[in-house]
Amino acid sequence: MSNPTYTAIFYLFAAITVFSAAFVVFSRNVIYSAFSLLFTFFGIAALYVFLSADFIAVTQVVVYVGGILVLLLFGVMFTNNIMDTDLKTDVLHAIPGTFLFLGILAALLFTFYTTNGWMPSDTQLQGSVVERIGFETMSRYVLPFEMASILLLAALIGAAFLARYDNGGTNEH
Amino acid sequence: MEQLTTIGINHYLTISAILFALGLYAVMTRKNAIVVLMGVELILNAANINFLAFSHYNGGMEGVMFSLFVIVLAAAEAAVALAIIINIYKIFKSVDVSSIDSMKE
Amino acid sequence: MGNSLNAWSDALAGFQPAGLPLGLLIIAAIPLVFIALYALTYGVYGERKISAFMQDRLGPMEVGKWGILQTLADILKLLQKEDIVPTSADKFLFVIGPGVLFVGSFLAFAVLPFSPAFIGANLNVGLFFAIGIVALEVVGILAAGWGSNNKWSLYGAVRSVAQIVSYEIPAAIALLCGAMMAGTLDMQQINILQSGTYGFAHFFLFQSPIAWLPFLIYFIASLAEVNRAPFDIPEAESELVAGYFTEYSGMKFAVIFLAEYGSMFMVSAIISIVFLGGWNSPLPNIGPIALNDMTTGPVWGAFWIISKGFFFIFVQMWLRWTLPRLRVDQLMYVCWKVLTPFAFVSFVLTAIWEIYVP
Repeated sequence: MSNPTYTAIFYLFAAITVFSAAFVVFSRNVIYSAFSLLFTFFGIAALYVFLSADFIAVTQVVVYVGGILVLLLFGVMFTNNIMDTDLKTDVLHAIPGTFLFLGILAALLFTFYTTNGWMPSDTQLQGSVVERIGFETMSRYVLPFEMASILLLAALIGAAFLARYDNGGTNEH
Repeated sequence: MEQLTTIGINHYLTISAILFALGLYAVMTRKNAIVVLMGVELILNAANINFLAFSHYNGGMEGVMFSLFVIVLAAAEAAVALAIIINIYKIFKSVDVSSIDSMKE
Repeated sequence: MGNSLNAWSDALAGFQPAGLPLGLLIIAAIPLVFIALYALTYGVYGERKISAFMQDRLGPMEVGKWGILQTLADILKLLQKEDIVPTSADKFLFVIGPGVLFVGSFLAFAVLPFSPAFIGANLNVGLFFAIGIVALEVVGILAAGWGSNNKWSLYGAVRSVAQIVSYEIPAAIALLCGAMMAGTLDMQQINILQSGTYGFAHFFLFQSPIAWLPFLIYFIASLAEVNRAPFDIPEAESELVAGYFTEYSGMKFAVIFLAEYGSMFMVSAIISIVFLGGWNSPLPNIGPIALNDMTTGPVWGAFWIISKGFFFIFVQMWLRWTLPRLRVDQLMYVCWKVLTPFAFVSFVLTAIWEIYVP
C-alpha cells in the first residue's frame, strides 16, 4: 500500500485523531473538550476504514458520536450553570501526570518497535467484513452477543433508575 | 523514508499508544469527572485500534468481533457513569472529583 | 439495464488529469449542486406556493410572473445581509455549528444512488452509513444551540437532539425490516433486487403484506428526524423564537437551511429506495407495450428516484398544513410507547415472513 494519495489521506486522519485527542485532554474548557472529541471519534472511524473494518467504522460513528458524545454533552450541560459558556476546570497532579504520560508512551512505543514478532500474515483482511461479522455473531460469538444484550438492558435500567428524579422514593434525598 | 510512506502495523500501534497515554493523562490529572470519562473513552478507543490493526494484519475475525463488543460495553459504561455523575452533582453541587470525599451527606 | 452498474461514477473516478483526482471532486460536487438547486427551487418557491394553495392563498406573486423570481430575490437578500456573531456567543462553536450540521447532512448523499450508473461511494454498509451519519447533525445542532448563548436556542437544540436521538430507534428498526427483505445493506443491491418487468409489483412495499408497517413507521419517524410538522417542536415559533438557529443570519443561516432541506430529501430518498424501488420504474410491461423497458435506464433512473423523493417531500409539506403540532410529552409517548413496540413487532413478523414464506 504505497499509493501516495492513500498515504496522504492516512496521515491526514492520523493527525486529526491525535491533535484533537490532545486538545480534548489539554483544553481547560470542558465544552471544547467534548466537541473536540467529535473529531477524535471521527478520525478513529476513518482509521477503521483503512483497517478494512467498514462495519465497525459506521458503528463507531453511530455509537460514539450519536450516543456517547451526546450523553457527555448533556452531562456537561446538566452539571454546570447552564448559561455560563466558559466552563474552566483545574488540573491536578500535573507533573506526575506528565511523567506518567511520557513514561507510558515511551514504554509502549519501545515495546511496539522492538518486538520483532509482528509478522503480518499472508492472508490479510480484504474488502468488507459485514457478511463475516454476521456469520461470526450467529455462530461462534452467539453467547457473548446475548450476554452483551443482557448487559445493555441491565445498564439501561440501572442508568434510568439512577438518573431519574426522586419523588420521595427509596433513594437518598 | 520507506517506513514513513508504507503504512504498516506500526503506524496504527503508534497512534493507539499516543491515544492511550493521552487518555491516561486525562484520567490522572483532570478534576472534572466528565473529562475523566472522556479519558476512559480515549483509552477504550486506543484498545480498539489495536484490536482492529492486529485483526487486519493477521487475517482473523477475532479482533473485529472483540472491538464490536468493546463498543457495546463502552456505551453501557458511559450511560451508567453519567447517571452516577449526575447523582453526584445533585448531592454535592459539583463534579470535581478531588473535592468529593465524604461518604455520607 | 442498458449501461452497466455505476458506469458514470466509475468513469468519473478514473478521470485524473495530471495525476490529480479531479473526477472524485466532480462526483462530490454533483450532490452539492443538486441540493442547492432543489432547495432553492422546490424548497423555497415550491414550499411557499404549495402551502399557499393549501391555505387558499396566492403565495409570492410580486417578483416576476407568479412570483417565479422570488428565490432569486431571497438569495440576494441572504448574500448582502450582515453576518452577525453575537458578542456574548461562543465564537468558535457558533461558527463550527452550521458547518458540522451541513457536513452531517451532506455526507449521507455519498451513498445515495442517484441512478443505476451513478453513486458517490458504493459502500457495502451504505444503508447503515446513511442512517448513522445523522449523528453528526446532532452534534452540529448542539454546537449551534450552545454556542448561541441564548436560552431559546439552547431549548430548541436540546429538544431537537432528544427528538432525533429517540426517533432514530424506530427508524433504524423499520429500515432493518427492509434490509432483511433485501439481505444486504448495499444501496445499489437493494435497488437491483426490486427491479423486474412487473414494475411496482417488485417493490418491497408490495412484496410482503407486513412491509406496510415499517414503511409507515419509518415515514413518521423520518418526519421527526428532520424536524418537520407535526414534530416541529424544536422550532415551534410560538414557544421558541426559531429554535437552535434563532441567532443566525446571512450565509450561516443559508447553510443551516440547505442542511435541513438536504436531510429532508435524504430521508425521502431512503424511504423510496428501501420500500419503493429507488431508481426502478413503477410502470409494468403490459403485454406487447413494454412500458417498464422503455422507462428504465440511467437517465430514467435519476428521474424516478428524484420524483419519488419529491413526492415524499410534497407529503411532508401537505402534513405540515394539515396536522397540529404535538406537545413534548406526546412526542416522546409516540416514539417510545407506540412506534418502537410496533417496529419490534414488524421486525419479528418480517423475519418470520422471510423465513417461512418463499
